[in-house]
Amino acid sequence: MSIQAPDLPATDRSGHAAPAPELINAVPVRHPGRWVGAAIIFLFLAQLCQSLVTNPNFRWDIVGTYIMDVLVIQGIGWTLLLTVLSMVLAVSLAILLAFMRQSDNPLFRCVSWFWVWFFRGTPVYTQLVLWGLVSVLYPKVSVGVPFGPELFHFSTQDLVTAGVAAVLGLGLNESAYLAEIFRAGLKSVDGGQMEAAEALGMRKSKIMWRIILPQAMRVIVPPTGNETIGMLKTTSLVLAVPFTLDLTFATNGIANRTYLPIPLLIVAAFWYLVITSLLMVGQFYIERHFGKGVDNLVQAPVKASQTAARAAKGAHARKEEGEGL
Amino acid sequence: MTLTHDVRTKETLVRIEGVHKYFGEHHVLRGIDMNVKEGEVSVIIGPSGSGKSTLLRCVNLMESISAGRIYVRDELIGYREAGGRLHDLSSREIAAQRREIGIVFQRFNLFPHKTAVQNIIEAPTQVKKQSKPAARAKALELLDRVGLADRAGHYPAQLSGGQQQRVAIARALAMEPELMLFDEPTSALDPELVGDVLSVMKDLAKSGMTMIVVTHEIGFAREVGDTLTFMDGGVVVESGNPREIIGNPQHARTQEFLSKVL
Repeated sequence: MSIQAPDLPATDRSGHAAPAPELINAVPVRHPGRWVGAAIIFLFLAQLCQSLVTNPNFRWDIVGTYIMDVLVIQGIGWTLLLTVLSMVLAVSLAILLAFMRQSDNPLFRCVSWFWVWFFRGTPVYTQLVLWGLVSVLYPKVSVGVPFGPELFHFSTQDLVTAGVAAVLGLGLNESAYLAEIFRAGLKSVDGGQMEAAEALGMRKSKIMWRIILPQAMRVIVPPTGNETIGMLKTTSLVLAVPFTLDLTFATNGIANRTYLPIPLLIVAAFWYLVITSLLMVGQFYIERHFGKGVDNLVQAPVKASQTAARAAKGAHARKEEGEGL
Repeated sequence: MTLTHDVRTKETLVRIEGVHKYFGEHHVLRGIDMNVKEGEVSVIIGPSGSGKSTLLRCVNLMESISAGRIYVRDELIGYREAGGRLHDLSSREIAAQRREIGIVFQRFNLFPHKTAVQNIIEAPTQVKKQSKPAARAKALELLDRVGLADRAGHYPAQLSGGQQQRVAIARALAMEPELMLFDEPTSALDPELVGDVLSVMKDLAKSGMTMIVVTHEIGFAREVGDTLTFMDGGVVVESGNPREIIGNPQHARTQEFLSKVL
């Protein structure tokens, strides 16, 4: 079998027409080991499929009954809400902490360091239990002058409901991890960027938001996506508060009632996978947005025809050069 | 000679008086005096570590000076003198002083997430609060001036080094500075790309821009420079008419340096 020569005019570098060269059509190396490996994997997969279908203990009928159960669907809603709110709180705090860590003010740097040390250094489960008990610790929150008169106060129990405690516990813990991710991102931006922006007379806050952070996001987004997916599953710990409306609590509740834990675990796993997949799609678009100018130059709003023509010309020239050697 | 004479009648724009700079124990600038008149191209040459880049960075406050004074248009740079003492300027005041001084870096330092035209309009729209269409029109004009009218929508990564540096020059000019600093603007470029950048700088000099240029391009110094300053070890060794210094250096150290780079 011969390969068709590319549909470009065959010319040598001086511009004269030259006969098309005979293109190489080499016999590829065979890889028998790959076929053996594929066969083994296929066998395992077939076995797995067979067991999924034939093993009655999976109780697929029960999975079908509860997969759209109103308690399960509500649980998904609450789990999503907890994830989103905790992450919003964590990201906001993390940006603040990362900026504080870079501040010229030693007190800011110290507070930021201490925050990360504390919230990263204690288990999230412990923190959730503690937030659930905060109204025992501080029965009322009052606003006033320290050692002076009190202006007004709230009952902590009304202020920090189970949902608020769950979001605070998850969000504050997460902010410590995200602060380190954001700090790494900010550090990854070349120092010349700050100098160039300063030389143009931009103020520091503007430089951070418009020049440094957008570039840092390239580094920040992938691990933050990781953390978001982690958070989705960590919400299953909010039982510690106790907060009892999330997906894991809902499926566990049904399982305990029906004495059928396995199909309900499958229901929970299915929905966690669905949400994770959706989050990954979102992450793809966010990464594409912040990668512009660096990762995805094909997306650049340049004159497409021009670039394409140049690329084709370049490829052609390289090809000629390579074959000429 | 007539050119030099013309320059002498003009007002002094930059006055550098007895400037010292320490980096810790390291004494980088050891008493620099230098004047740059309006419309003048002042070229600084010297071996690496001579302090020439540091001096340039002191003029636009990227480094603070340890002693002496720097004035641009009779305004003290970086400090306010009151009650016999110097007071640090606030970040707002420093930013205001920097707006009048453009700088072009060796490593270009374009914003990689913004296209050429977005790089240029960033400061005019964000700092000077110009409207986007007005800033854009001005940016396209500047791109045309540096020979890159057809590269407005390109990201820096899609441009060659020489093109990036010309965008960087256009970006600095967009703020309409009264002084332009060039910190080895061609040192990071392939030899074949140096010429384009130098010719843009030459045009800029012809248009009457006041420029301080730290460079290793002796040809540029001879052709475009109004004054040449040779620095070594943190002091000005020799300074004067570029043609005279390059043709007939008076100090042994200048002779030695020029014999190596020419």
